[in-house]
Amino acid sequence: MKLTKGAVVEGGTSLNYKTGNWRDQRPEIDQKVCNQCGKCKDVCPDDAVHRNNELYEIDYDFCKGCGICAYECKPEAIKLLPEGK
Amino acid sequence: MDDIRVVEGSEAVALAIKACRPHVISAFPISPQTHIVEGLAKMVADGDIDAEYVRVESEFSAASVLAGASAAGSRSYTASSSQGLLLMTEVLYASAGMRLPFVMTGVNRSISAPINIQVDHQDSMSLRDAGLIQFYVESVQEAYDMHLAAFKIAEDPNIMLPVMVCMDGWVLTHSYERVQFVDQQAVDDFLPPFAPEHYLDPAAPKTWGSYAESDVMMEFKYAIHKAMTDGKPRIREILRELSAMTGRDNNGLIETYRTDGADIILVALGSVTGTVKDAIDELRDAGRKVGLLKIRCYRPFPHEEIWQAVKDANVIAVMDASFSMGSEGSIGLDLKAKLFGRPQAPMVVDFVAGLGGREINARTIRRLVVRAEEIHRLGLVLPEAQWVNLDASIVS
Repeated sequence: MKLTKGAVVEGGTSLNYKTGNWRDQRPEIDQKVCNQCGKCKDVCPDDAVHRNNELYEIDYDFCKGCGICAYECKPEAIKLLPEGK
Repeated sequence: MDDIRVVEGSEAVALAIKACRPHVISAFPISPQTHIVEGLAKMVADGDIDAEYVRVESEFSAASVLAGASAAGSRSYTASSSQGLLLMTEVLYASAGMRLPFVMTGVNRSISAPINIQVDHQDSMSLRDAGLIQFYVESVQEAYDMHLAAFKIAEDPNIMLPVMVCMDGWVLTHSYERVQFVDQQAVDDFLPPFAPEHYLDPAAPKTWGSYAESDVMMEFKYAIHKAMTDGKPRIREILRELSAMTGRDNNGLIETYRTDGADIILVALGSVTGTVKDAIDELRDAGRKVGLLKIRCYRPFPHEEIWQAVKDANVIAVMDASFSMGSEGSIGLDLKAKLFGRPQAPMVVDFVAGLGGREINARTIRRLVVRAEEIHRLGLVLPEAQWVNLDASIVS
């Protein structure tokens, strides 16, 4: 890959840059507790929560572990765990 | 018919910028830069230049306007001084990284505190690491000429970096000199329209200076350094073309004056070099083997040319109008870095002179030469920087 002068790149390429490796806390959804309200998806600043059939799932390629989803989750279905454990 | 007029230095620069047909000018006033941008503002208001003049609330914004305008494919210009240049610093580093080829005039003035509006080089020297190409000029004529070349150098496809033409505040900006102007058609032939490979376009969105992790950051930084060092032959070529257009000697990244057979070579840049040349004539008349090496292009640093010019001298007396606190003067540091370890390299003695506008006249230069000879004769190892005409007795 040749670098462009000035780091000029085409738009719409953020999916190419997996930023999930910045994460030091890992949110995990307990599907037995989750009431599918969808608030985690609404508040995620990285659009890293997706609805798959009825279930909400976290895309760890892009989740930076900010913890907003866990803070906002009313039924406390999301736990923040240390990354790598 | 030659167009020769006596004009103020700032007006000469404004006319050079006008001749380059800029699209965007943005600036915030600060002495001694004001006459340049006031002149350009008037030209825009009178319809003499087809450009946008963007008034802003700070130098940070002026530089930011330039960055955006340049990325959008506009030939862009600003000027500033002193604290204003420092306020631009963050944007200038980013602009060099984004390879945005705008041109700015660094009107040299000292840095506060204490506040002082007179000339020294601390402001522009503080930007030497930013990735800007830097020229320093001796006269109003040279200021005019170098501004004509600046856009061509900046916009060269293999260079693509901001260019800063540094000129001494007041001494050059506010003095009147005879200036020979270049015909507009000749400037148009010399400087083609700005046509960058990439430019901001809503129809094909792109992003500049986007995120780079540790796997490529070093390569992006090295690319700036390489554009500068590999750009030297191209800069020399453009200066040769400039010389052909102006009919004046604008050649070379350095200029030498009576260095043949010189035992002592003074190294300086900016308007003081005119005074040094006069002092050298007197010293030569008195049988002293003294010469001057003027640095015209400071970044990239022309160390090959400098070595060729100084290698047969015994001692180099550097005149620095800026200082890296706790270390040495800027040019002295550059020279020592490139001469250290070369067998038979001349001794470098760093003189700090002219801070805050302190006068440097022929007598100052004679004393400096005597002191350099003395240090060389004593064979002092690694002499401390010499602060010229300093009254240490009043320092508490």
